[in-house]
Amino acid sequence: MDHTSPLETIFRRVALGVILVFFLFPIFWIVLMSFQTNEQILRIPPRVFFSPTLSNYKALISGELITTVGSLKLTFMHNLWNSFFLSTTSVLVALVLGVPAAYAFARFKFRLGEDIAFTLLSIRFAPPLLILLPLSLLFNEIGLSDTYIGLIWVYQLICLPLIVWIVRGYFEDISPDIEHAYRIDGHSWAQTFFRIAVPLARPGIAAAGLLSFIFAWNNFVFALILGSADKQPVTVGALAFVTAAGISYGQIAAAIVLSILPTLALALYAQRYLVEGLSLGAVKG
Amino acid sequence: MSTNALTISEVDKIYGTGSGSVHAVRDLTMEVAKGEIVALLGSSGCGKTSTLRMVAGFEDVSRGSISLAGRRIETLPPVRRNVAMAFEGYSLYPPLTVRDNIAFALKVARLSRSEVDGKVVGIARLLEIEDILDRYPGSISGGQQQRASLGRALIRQADLYLLDEPMGQLEPQLRAVLRGRIKHYIKERGLTAILVTHDQTEANALADRIAVMEGGVLQQFDTPAMLKERPVNLFTGTFVGEPPMNVFEAHVKGDDRQLSLTLADGFSLNYAADAFSHDVREELLKREKVVIGVRPYAVRRSAEGVPATVSTSQWLGDQTHIAADFGGHLLVLVEHDRTRLAAGEAINISIDPHNLHIFDLAGGTAISHGMELA
Repeated sequence: MDHTSPLETIFRRVALGVILVFFLFPIFWIVLMSFQTNEQILRIPPRVFFSPTLSNYKALISGELITTVGSLKLTFMHNLWNSFFLSTTSVLVALVLGVPAAYAFARFKFRLGEDIAFTLLSIRFAPPLLILLPLSLLFNEIGLSDTYIGLIWVYQLICLPLIVWIVRGYFEDISPDIEHAYRIDGHSWAQTFFRIAVPLARPGIAAAGLLSFIFAWNNFVFALILGSADKQPVTVGALAFVTAAGISYGQIAAAIVLSILPTLALALYAQRYLVEGLSLGAVKG
Repeated sequence: MSTNALTISEVDKIYGTGSGSVHAVRDLTMEVAKGEIVALLGSSGCGKTSTLRMVAGFEDVSRGSISLAGRRIETLPPVRRNVAMAFEGYSLYPPLTVRDNIAFALKVARLSRSEVDGKVVGIARLLEIEDILDRYPGSISGGQQQRASLGRALIRQADLYLLDEPMGQLEPQLRAVLRGRIKHYIKERGLTAILVTHDQTEANALADRIAVMEGGVLQQFDTPAMLKERPVNLFTGTFVGEPPMNVFEAHVKGDDRQLSLTLADGFSLNYAADAFSHDVREELLKREKVVIGVRPYAVRRSAEGVPATVSTSQWLGDQTHIAADFGGHLLVLVEHDRTRLAAGEAINISIDPHNLHIFDLAGGTAISHGMELA
């Protein structure tokens, strides 16, 4: 049944349109920019119609930037790979550590449990810059600076609290009696955890994993300080386009397009899955 | 090897520590014989569910021991206790169909597929959920989920079956039918079961013996008939029975020839001294005041009785419930005939001495039932 008046429908559509334009226009504009040369971009007034060029993408993929001053080596594709590798590994590590931790926080009362959980969350309150100096000194000392392991470790500051807190909520929503029923029917604690608790919390785990992937992907400051060009993700790698010969907006735009593609694809894929998982809603009975 | 299936011995359950702790079960000792159906009956928070969960292994036992089929089980994990349980909240696995949910309980038993199928269909027919076997828990009603959960418990081969409010969500007609079938199913196979309920009709219908609990303490553990005829204290007396037992405080007076129980000025129940045994009379006369109880079914109207005033009278289709003012107290009596009495009408009440339950005023323990000492 539809109780909305035609006027309301129209208003709704207009409001939706305005919001969409507001949020999507910058991305749309960047996509346009990525197909233009620097000269075309810097034209005043800017134009929507132009003859598109693939030179930006070519430069990024081939790794050679031809400027007025000369040619410049680009490590963009390697940066993209770094981003992918760092984010994926960090999320995987955080899931392996965080999901059992979340389960423990949700199911068991133990001494200092709440305090430990809150400490984990408070890591997210601390500004990264505050911990960077001691962290980089420490990492230099123990030989972890400029290593993938070091970065993945630091990325746990981003991923772990998110996963623990989101997944904990999901575990708390599952009636413990479902697990009890499974255990009394002759299954061990571990089987119950892997076969009942984790599958039932899967939408939550997926959401938490996705969110922490995006957060890890977008991270800038940790990787800037703790990694060299070799280990840096795209967020830091994009700085290379600010060259002595000026800022190459075209390449930056193309780099942005390439770097949001993986997260976009992941979000689109997971969204369908999330909606399905959340609307199942049979867990609470 | 004893014939006891389950022995609960001096068990305490304390939740939390320090000042915030709750003593949910106190010094509980009870024995359940093999093949017996026992009901734990009590109001919410009386400790009956805590007891069940300690037997199942979901709650630690704070003190005491539990033995099942000759083994100490209080420290074993649930998987090694060999008990089956139907949960109050059903606790079906959402991603599995009802059929798979029920069959799942047999996974560990390693039966052939056709054997499992046969058993599942059999139990489903018993519980009238045959036609929803291929649906998912999320798409069936609460009553159907409850029956599926019950099926999942009963299909197993276990030393003990724990049923937590197994029929709370069922419609009355179905409940009556299933009670009979489930009892038959359990008895036929010689299974031992404990059910937790707050519904005394259910406890009476299903259980061989009922354990009445209140405040974490086992009040009385006896057959349904004994609970009604010889309640050990005021709590069981008033808790068991529908409508509840009438209770009044009364002054005791008596000599060699008669004994009178006086509720208020002019409201005395007078009995000949030989209506009670010598021992009962002696016990009663030791006290100034006692609590007397009488079941609504045992109150009679008679011309020479004590006067009372009708306040309401209701015909329930098969019996009349009459509430009357009796010396400043509310008295309920039940008659099987349709009685037309108007509010304010005067009636006379008499109570046969053998229907009197007399309790101690201070502790509430029973002194006598009828002519005999408790």
